[in-house]
Amino acid sequence: MSRFFKSSIGRKVAMALSAFFLMIFLLQHFAINILSVFSAELFNEVSHFMGTNWLIQFVMQPVLIFAIIYHFIMGFVLELKNKKAQGVPYYKNNGAANSTWMSRNMIYSGLVILAFLVLHFADFWVHEINVKYINIAPTDPGRYYHELTEKFVPIWRVVFYSVAFVLLGLHLAHGFTSAFQSIGSTAGRKRALQKLGKAYSIIIPLGFIIIALYHHFNHH
Amino acid sequence: MALDSKVPEGPIQDKWTNYKNKINLVNPANKRHIDIIVVGTGLAGGSASATLAELGYNVKAFAYQDSPRRAHSIAAQGGINAAKNYQGDGDSTYRLFYDTVKGGDYRSREANVYRLAEVSSNIIDQCVAQGVPFARDYGGLLDNRSFGGVLVSRTFYAKGQTGQQLLLGAYSAMNRQIARGKIEMYNRHEMLDVVIVDGKARGIIARNLVTGEIERHSAHAVVIASGGYGNVYFLSTNAMGSNVTAAWKIHKKGAYFANPCYTQIHPTCIPRSGDYQSKLTLMSESLRNDGRIWVPKHLDDVKAIREGRKKPTELSEDERDYYLERRYPAFGNLVPRDVASRAAKERCDAGYGVNATGEAVYLDFASAIERYGKEQVKIHNISNPSKEKITALGEKIIEAKYGNLFQMYEKIVDENPYKTPMMIYPATHYTMGGVWVDYNLMTTIPGCYCIGEANFSDHGANRLGASALMQGLADGYFVLPYTIGDYLAQDIRTGKIPTNSPEFEEAEKTVKTRIDYFVNNKGSKSVDYFHKRLGKVMWDKVGMSRNEKGLKEAMAEIKQIREEFWKDVKVPGNADEMNPELEKAGRVADFLELGELFAKDALMREESCGGHFREESVEDSGEQQGEAKRNDKDFAFVAAWEYKGEPADAVLHKEQLEFKDIELKQRSYK
Amino acid sequence: MNLTLKIWRQKDASSKGQMVDYNVTDISEHMSFLEMMDVLNEQLIDVGEEPVVFDHDCREGICGMCSMYINGQAHGPDRAITTCQLHMRTFKDGDTITIEPFRAAAFPVIKDLVVDRSAFERIQQAGGYISVNTSGNTQDANAIPISKYAADEAMDAATCIGCGACVATCKNSSAMLFVGAKVSQYALLPQGQIEAADRVRNMVEQMDLEGFGNCTNTGACEVECPKGISLDNIARMNRELIKASV
Repeated sequence: MSRFFKSSIGRKVAMALSAFFLMIFLLQHFAINILSVFSAELFNEVSHFMGTNWLIQFVMQPVLIFAIIYHFIMGFVLELKNKKAQGVPYYKNNGAANSTWMSRNMIYSGLVILAFLVLHFADFWVHEINVKYINIAPTDPGRYYHELTEKFVPIWRVVFYSVAFVLLGLHLAHGFTSAFQSIGSTAGRKRALQKLGKAYSIIIPLGFIIIALYHHFNHH
Repeated sequence: MALDSKVPEGPIQDKWTNYKNKINLVNPANKRHIDIIVVGTGLAGGSASATLAELGYNVKAFAYQDSPRRAHSIAAQGGINAAKNYQGDGDSTYRLFYDTVKGGDYRSREANVYRLAEVSSNIIDQCVAQGVPFARDYGGLLDNRSFGGVLVSRTFYAKGQTGQQLLLGAYSAMNRQIARGKIEMYNRHEMLDVVIVDGKARGIIARNLVTGEIERHSAHAVVIASGGYGNVYFLSTNAMGSNVTAAWKIHKKGAYFANPCYTQIHPTCIPRSGDYQSKLTLMSESLRNDGRIWVPKHLDDVKAIREGRKKPTELSEDERDYYLERRYPAFGNLVPRDVASRAAKERCDAGYGVNATGEAVYLDFASAIERYGKEQVKIHNISNPSKEKITALGEKIIEAKYGNLFQMYEKIVDENPYKTPMMIYPATHYTMGGVWVDYNLMTTIPGCYCIGEANFSDHGANRLGASALMQGLADGYFVLPYTIGDYLAQDIRTGKIPTNSPEFEEAEKTVKTRIDYFVNNKGSKSVDYFHKRLGKVMWDKVGMSRNEKGLKEAMAEIKQIREEFWKDVKVPGNADEMNPELEKAGRVADFLELGELFAKDALMREESCGGHFREESVEDSGEQQGEAKRNDKDFAFVAAWEYKGEPADAVLHKEQLEFKDIELKQRSYK
Repeated sequence: MNLTLKIWRQKDASSKGQMVDYNVTDISEHMSFLEMMDVLNEQLIDVGEEPVVFDHDCREGICGMCSMYINGQAHGPDRAITTCQLHMRTFKDGDTITIEPFRAAAFPVIKDLVVDRSAFERIQQAGGYISVNTSGNTQDANAIPISKYAADEAMDAATCIGCGACVATCKNSSAMLFVGAKVSQYALLPQGQIEAADRVRNMVEQMDLEGFGNCTNTGACEVECPKGISLDNIARMNRELIKASV
């Protein structure tokens, strides 16, 4: 098994598995965030559950953090290895002739997403940990909605969020079906799944952008 | 030296079995002390290398390409024959044997051909076991197709890439032995001489084509599997690198060269388009199953077509001359390759060629498309179909059968063969002649063997379709590995052959001197310039149809070109680096000698047989008037030539051919 | 037509190379690309320069020897062909054409446009075969029926010519299409089952050792492959390795 995960294919499979986890997480995250557009109470209620449930906090959260770190580190490791494998660069290379921009630039869309995540963690996650586990502030099940909307007041953050989500969309546009291919399924090349991947990579990022814009313009 | 074919006694069907039972074997423990060099890694060389290594010998294999998988066997399209009788259509070892001897116009050695037919079905078993993905039917069993003028379906195939798949099978078997350390593979190496020690082949001199280094390699036996010499014509369907050098070097050291004039000119190739042309492309013979061959009946139509004023589709049926159907009503467009090629040449020589060079005839699928279309209309119960509908349905069937060939044609010629007839012209394709070998496949040099297309043995004066792959693999997998043991049994105590002997010294010196000559000659003409000139003489005077005057002229002209070549050839670059021009120079130098012997052989053979057509030897009356006339009384022999310095001085040795199991008959396709 | 060629010239493996400009004139549109190169070389020989060295042999798209990167694409701009099948009618009078060797760290340049693809050989030697001796008495070829579907699919994988265009075109210089095709051919046939696990493990290990990059599923290899080998073969290889490892 360790021989497997050291092999090129093993690493690719691990990338895909972490990607699957992240995609499911993203879907779940989106589902909760979109609630904030419809109902502050409901959003608070679900957020409170997520923030206090031990399974989420002590099992899923570490797995998530591991998946994120793994996906990034392995992404960089593979990129470096692949760069090395290329040797002398071409004088002229017409990459657009045979592959999509997204597929060739996963590292760049990934880097933007990483920058976004740093901000995102600083904005929410660090704050959460601080409130819950360091300062051990009194529990306020109604604080989440307020905290969320506060963040979208400055226009720069909204713009940055939006840009990051566009890049996330592009990352997913290749990544969604690519992950299926990596785990050895040819399903990623079937029409239905390609459509689903397209839908996912457009709807989810677009949804997040809409949430940000909504709160920015509806802030009173 | 008298030629001894060493054909075993006894009835033909028992010869091989009895022989195998009696020959000397080398015990497994001793095999590891014996080295064998194999030059060439196509079907014959690749399969021989793998099998010899499996048996336990130490094999050193040489290929001029960067991988054994690139040998030109890979380009064979149609299929491989085997007397499996899976179709239950009456096939048998005897029938395959008979078809091959008859197809070869009764100029091959009966015992060899029978053995070939006998082991043919083992080849299929072996290849399937190796994972060769032959075509199968819906029941999961192997599929067969019918090929070139025989009455049964015995051809196994893998799409239009049978040669590729068989070669990859042999290559995979080689890889297994390379991984085990039993084959040492020398890619990008070219054999430049054979080394004879005490009258036996004991090694070769090879050039590393990357570094230019000249290397000595010793062994207890040397196997030449370097393919045919069709490139003597410059333009042929062979690969650019295909050459006669290995075979010619052993010829110069004592191996007799047999029947060089037996060359197969394949009728369905894409015509030449200009002087820059570097090679010709073959399209499978299967096209003639549905295509009709014609030229215009009137010369003014020919002129109009050449000048682009008329399109071939504008000619009505009675303005067309379907010359094969006219001349050979029984076989029509399906006459054997040699007959079809000559007929095309005859029309083009008479001025009816349909392209700018005047060397092309039409291969027309319009009537097949219509026929299939009408059939489909019936099958699908379409009432009152439009002409377009019929054509569309018919084109679909043609596409399913020949799609890849049509696509290839369109890529090269830039014309849509569904809409306008294809243009085809014959091209040199295969050489039946080659190094003379006995029943053991050993040349007249002890310890030097020759297998596959490089030898002369099995196809007589004409090869049947799908038999080349069969012979290559039969020699390599099933014949040589046995017969070589008989010879090597005497070498179990010899020990390693040293490479510091005077013989190696001498051979290496000769090779180096010649290379230095080329790079220092600083002449004014490139190698290709001479090769093209040689090719033109060969094609014009020693091509599809030959006569005494032309052949004599050819001999003189080739000698002349050879002399100019040595004086004036220009080889840029150095000897100690990768230098393709230097490689070509060496090969063309050998072609320039072979070409003359080729013409000499053709001049000597005053009969028409198979691929060799002498204008002086035709039927002068009766139904067969104008057809090739064989002369069994005077020419039923193998012409084996001994090297004596100049090709013109070569000495003829005859191996009389005896036909005990097959009655000699004239081939008739009328 | 008249053309400007920008060609990579490199004396040998250890020298530094560079792009050099050449002009060729009166090129017929019916010429193949390699015939155009022949014309250039004859021209160079005439003026006493060293001709451009390039790999080529069968010139009918099956041997897999030719290997140029033309105008930024493996085997040039046309689809489903090798360089030797590319014809000059694809280009226009006055065009500038760049010609480079196939690039990958695992394919070092030997000279000019010639690269060393022996890494492919070693991958095949690691397991690209079925261990069966040539005895002449293996079982009858029809003893194991194989579904037409499996045989055809195995044939589609086996049609690979080992030219290396997949590696050359891949931004990661990954060899997975090549290895995937070989693994697939045997994985699809019953004869290949016995050694399936070892085969895929060993071939992938060798592929990694040779320094090929990792596949990121861009799909460029499939598009550029002269034989149209499907990306599904990579998926199958991934599956085979997972199966062999768990």
